[in-house]
Amino acid sequence: MAVMNDLRTMKNAAWLGWQMEANWADPFLFATYSIVKPISATLILVFMFMVVTGGDTDNAYFSYMFIGNALYMYVAEVLFGVTWVIHDDREHYMTLKQVYIAPINFYAYILGRSAIKIVITTAGVIITLVFGVLVLGVDIFLGDIDWLLLAVSTVLGMGCICVLGLALGGITFLTARHSIGINEGVAGIFYVMSGIIFPITALPTWAQSISKVLPVTYWMDSMRRALMPDAMAELSSAAAFDVTGLGGFSNLYIMIYLAISAAIFFVLSLAVFKFADGVARRKGKIDWTTSY
Amino acid sequence: MSDGWVIRNLRAIKGRAYPRIIGAKREPSWLFFEIVLPLFTVAAYAYVYQFMDARDELIGYVVLGGAMTAFWLNVLWAMAAQFYWEKEIGNLQLYMIAPISRMSILAGMALGGMFSTTVNAASTLAIGALIFNVAFHISNPFMLIAIFLATMVALYGMGMMFASLYMLFGREAHHLSNLMTDPVYLASGFFFPVKYLGAWAAAGASFIPITLGLDALRQMFFTGAAEDAFLSIEVELLILLGLCVVFLILAHYSLRYMEYLGKATGRLTLRWQ
Repeated sequence: MAVMNDLRTMKNAAWLGWQMEANWADPFLFATYSIVKPISATLILVFMFMVVTGGDTDNAYFSYMFIGNALYMYVAEVLFGVTWVIHDDREHYMTLKQVYIAPINFYAYILGRSAIKIVITTAGVIITLVFGVLVLGVDIFLGDIDWLLLAVSTVLGMGCICVLGLALGGITFLTARHSIGINEGVAGIFYVMSGIIFPITALPTWAQSISKVLPVTYWMDSMRRALMPDAMAELSSAAAFDVTGLGGFSNLYIMIYLAISAAIFFVLSLAVFKFADGVARRKGKIDWTTSY
Repeated sequence: MSDGWVIRNLRAIKGRAYPRIIGAKREPSWLFFEIVLPLFTVAAYAYVYQFMDARDELIGYVVLGGAMTAFWLNVLWAMAAQFYWEKEIGNLQLYMIAPISRMSILAGMALGGMFSTTVNAASTLAIGALIFNVAFHISNPFMLIAIFLATMVALYGMGMMFASLYMLFGREAHHLSNLMTDPVYLASGFFFPVKYLGAWAAAGASFIPITLGLDALRQMFFTGAAEDAFLSIEVELLILLGLCVVFLILAHYSLRYMEYLGKATGRLTLRWQ
């Protein structure tokens, strides 16, 4: 019964999220936003690459960077989605207190609202990747894709990102209007440390040690192995060393690592969320508005 | 324009700036979020250039561009979009009935937000330069100040103009702000010289004041930046001064027109639309 209630909460929260994300906006603006934003973010890197190489995109590193940046949308948008739920409902629509006291599982509500973010982000990721393959010659060939690795890696990676988002959502309870800063900052940590747009071997040694603990690092590597196996091999052979820093790990090892880290982060995130929730209730921050 | 009108508007600026300054003092967690966290994105772009063995100037451009994003985000989220949120929480109608210029309210927001934004930008510049060994060479500090001030006035003038649009927007305001974040980073060349977009695209992007401001600041800060320059510093300063005048005048009229439109269509106080 409780499970059915939670699923119903998730479904309705997802519907609400969709209405807020899409239907309430002008359809043209929403479609433009869904396409232009991810393409622009990627083109920044494309131009940076072209400034240095003089326009040569037929390069394994270009595909590495492009795919990493496209997949990073999941990290940024899902983390953003979870914390924005707290911020938006509390500060802007002032409905958090009503949702909070409703007889529903609050986690189910947050996960439902975030699920729709994943769906919308998926559209952006696909559009970006198709643009990359068709216009810029990114090395993704349908026949070469390791579909099993892609599917397992996607599920585990999404799980990790969602539970991280839950912890950040808890922290958002305690901060004023900084949820955007939290999202961008934490997503920024992954952007630097997880080999998103450059291999982690470019980082100082101490930073590489941190990178090798972060689940997003393994997720990115496994997604690239699934999507562009040839380019990954070319990248390391061109550099004559294990340029990704994870070449010694098998696909199975990476999947196990991702599963374990998702479980650990799940427990930690619940603890952080519960703690922040308790503090927020004690300090009266559940219906706090700081519209200065 | 009487003395009383001027004083009233100066008080409005002070009054609107006050909660932001006090808010920054009472809720100091912004120091962490605004100073430390933005550095990561800057670092990522700098490492991309480092990994590709790019010229040192390019890494410097990333640090400078990263610092300037703070001002763009402030204009976009804390000024232009703020009018939408003011409407949602019921403040906008109070601004409308107060005997003050709407531009004073927006100037107050800008001034109030300027403190934390400047701290954010300055820290990104200083820490980024330290981490990536960026060497700045300031040959003409007066010109540098003139360029920076002209960029800021034109930029915030543009923000005021945008605010008039947000006055009428419904929930899509959030999408519009998002839409103007990454595309503007791209068009204005925050992380690479805008010249590489091509002459026509760069000329089009020059309507966003930060495009020319950044290009000029790069030429002021980096000795090897001349080859990446879109226009000369003097020309860019002249255009920026022109943009200051144009955007402030446009902001005045568009705020008046949108307010009229809002009243005529009954959308000025319409919440949760």
